[in-house]
Amino acid sequence: MENTMTETSQAAVVVRDVNKIFNQGKPNQVDALVGIDLDVQPGEFISLIGPSGCGKSTLLRLVADLLEPTSGTVTIHGKTAHQARVDQDYGMAFQQSGLFEWRSVERNIELPLELKGWDKTKRRERAQEMLELVKLPEFAKHMPWQLSGGMQQRIAIARALASHPKLLLMDEPFGALDEMTREHMQAELLRICAAAGTTVVFVTHSIPEAVYLADRVVVMSPRPGRITDIVNVGLGRDRNELTREAGDFFARVTEVREALRGIEMADQARGIEDR
Amino acid sequence: MTKRGRRYLMFVLAFVFVAAGWELYKAVGPEEGGTVLGMRIFARTDDRAMPHIWDMFARFGDPEVRGGEESIFVVVLRAAWYSFRCSLLAFVAGSALGIGLAVLMARFRLFERALMPYLVISQTVPIIVLAPLIFSLMAYQSRELAEKTWLAAVLLGVFLAFFPVAMGTLRGLQSTPAAPLELMDSYAAGWWKTLWKLRFPNAVPYLAPALRLAGAAAVVGVTVSEISLGVRFGVGRLILSYGQEATSDPPKLYTAVFGAAALGLVMAAVVMLIDRLLMRNRPPEAA
Repeated sequence: MENTMTETSQAAVVVRDVNKIFNQGKPNQVDALVGIDLDVQPGEFISLIGPSGCGKSTLLRLVADLLEPTSGTVTIHGKTAHQARVDQDYGMAFQQSGLFEWRSVERNIELPLELKGWDKTKRRERAQEMLELVKLPEFAKHMPWQLSGGMQQRIAIARALASHPKLLLMDEPFGALDEMTREHMQAELLRICAAAGTTVVFVTHSIPEAVYLADRVVVMSPRPGRITDIVNVGLGRDRNELTREAGDFFARVTEVREALRGIEMADQARGIEDR
Repeated sequence: MTKRGRRYLMFVLAFVFVAAGWELYKAVGPEEGGTVLGMRIFARTDDRAMPHIWDMFARFGDPEVRGGEESIFVVVLRAAWYSFRCSLLAFVAGSALGIGLAVLMARFRLFERALMPYLVISQTVPIIVLAPLIFSLMAYQSRELAEKTWLAAVLLGVFLAFFPVAMGTLRGLQSTPAAPLELMDSYAAGWWKTLWKLRFPNAVPYLAPALRLAGAAAVVGVTVSEISLGVRFGVGRLILSYGQEATSDPPKLYTAVFGAAALGLVMAAVVMLIDRLLMRNRPPEAA
């Protein structure tokens, strides 16, 4: 018991018995999440996948403390999610890069540091370091709208990592990119996070993306949103373009697909019962 | 030819076109005017009603009053400059007031609901009515205030200028997309920090056209109040008094009208400069 307690406090993210109900008690009540338990170990890469409406983005927002759970607790490195947000313990990236069009690339990356009260020289230095990390060092003075979608997304990741957070929360960050750019970005993300030992919780629609990136794929189902399956990927840490063509990779993709199909079938069956 | 060059050319051409239209009608129109089905449709074209364009400009070289020392050009220019400073003050104060109100309305929903209807209604009150009212209120306060008719004119300029700025800024503040707001939230940034770093810069593309309207509104507010109150030194006052001499010296009125037009043009240029400054570094399609 003692042992599990210390393990829990060391975990990067602990979600315990979390429920999230929107519009509770009203006719349009939605059980967004029911009975969610999830532990994420430091340095682990977790993908959240599921059909739309399964609450994967809601779960991410609960971890980020952008939403509050109706019941249950979220703990980040032993702190409450709220404290973790106040301390800027995590970085976040969304589907839209969400760059500020009136700020140059480097000033976009500096934004979280600015809010933390860093002085200008230190900020500039860190921004440059981040730009090198995402391999766009020569674009510091550019304006975001002068860059391609993939480059903008890389800047958004640089911004999310600027304060060297141990946890990175990503909501379909590559969803708007074309397939080639997307695969390239996935490889880059793995490289960057491995180098920094960053823990990642990554929401996606794409099965191959979930499998290629993650140590574990968390499969979720809708109405009410819950975790139905956790697939251990076990492809090791050294992943490259060959990984995408490996038999093990396809086996895991199939496993996740079948887990998702199970949800779909159950959903249809329930639809028939409802009639 | 550059785009800008073409614009200036069009500006001059438009003036030439209007001037030519004026002279053409004066040449072919009925001297005593004309009626159609009992309604007076055609304006008189005699020199009293429609002086020649060149007479209007020639008048600039003559003294203001017969035998006077100062040319009317200097008098009109000085008056326009005076009104311009009043308008600029009204524009700046009105914009500041508009932005302040927008921030308050964006921050406190209650404030918006309480204030918005009154703001809208306020703009339906004719300024020509409001000017004497404001002035008599001021004059009632103290003798010094009674001397300051210009202040009443500026206040009315403010009254017209703040409205578009308040509306534009409020719309801009409220149209901030959800994703960057969530991002600021994830940094645990408070409302005022979010206002300063995100909502405000996001509102700038809405603010720029609002300032253009406010610039024009300030000029209208000030000059109309000058006419209504007879503010000394202002170009509105010149229009009023020269209008009374229109029968004996028809082109004189037009010198003051041109002065007012020049004032409007300079204000437009000032606002355009501000616009350029605000919208630099913005994506080209938004600018």
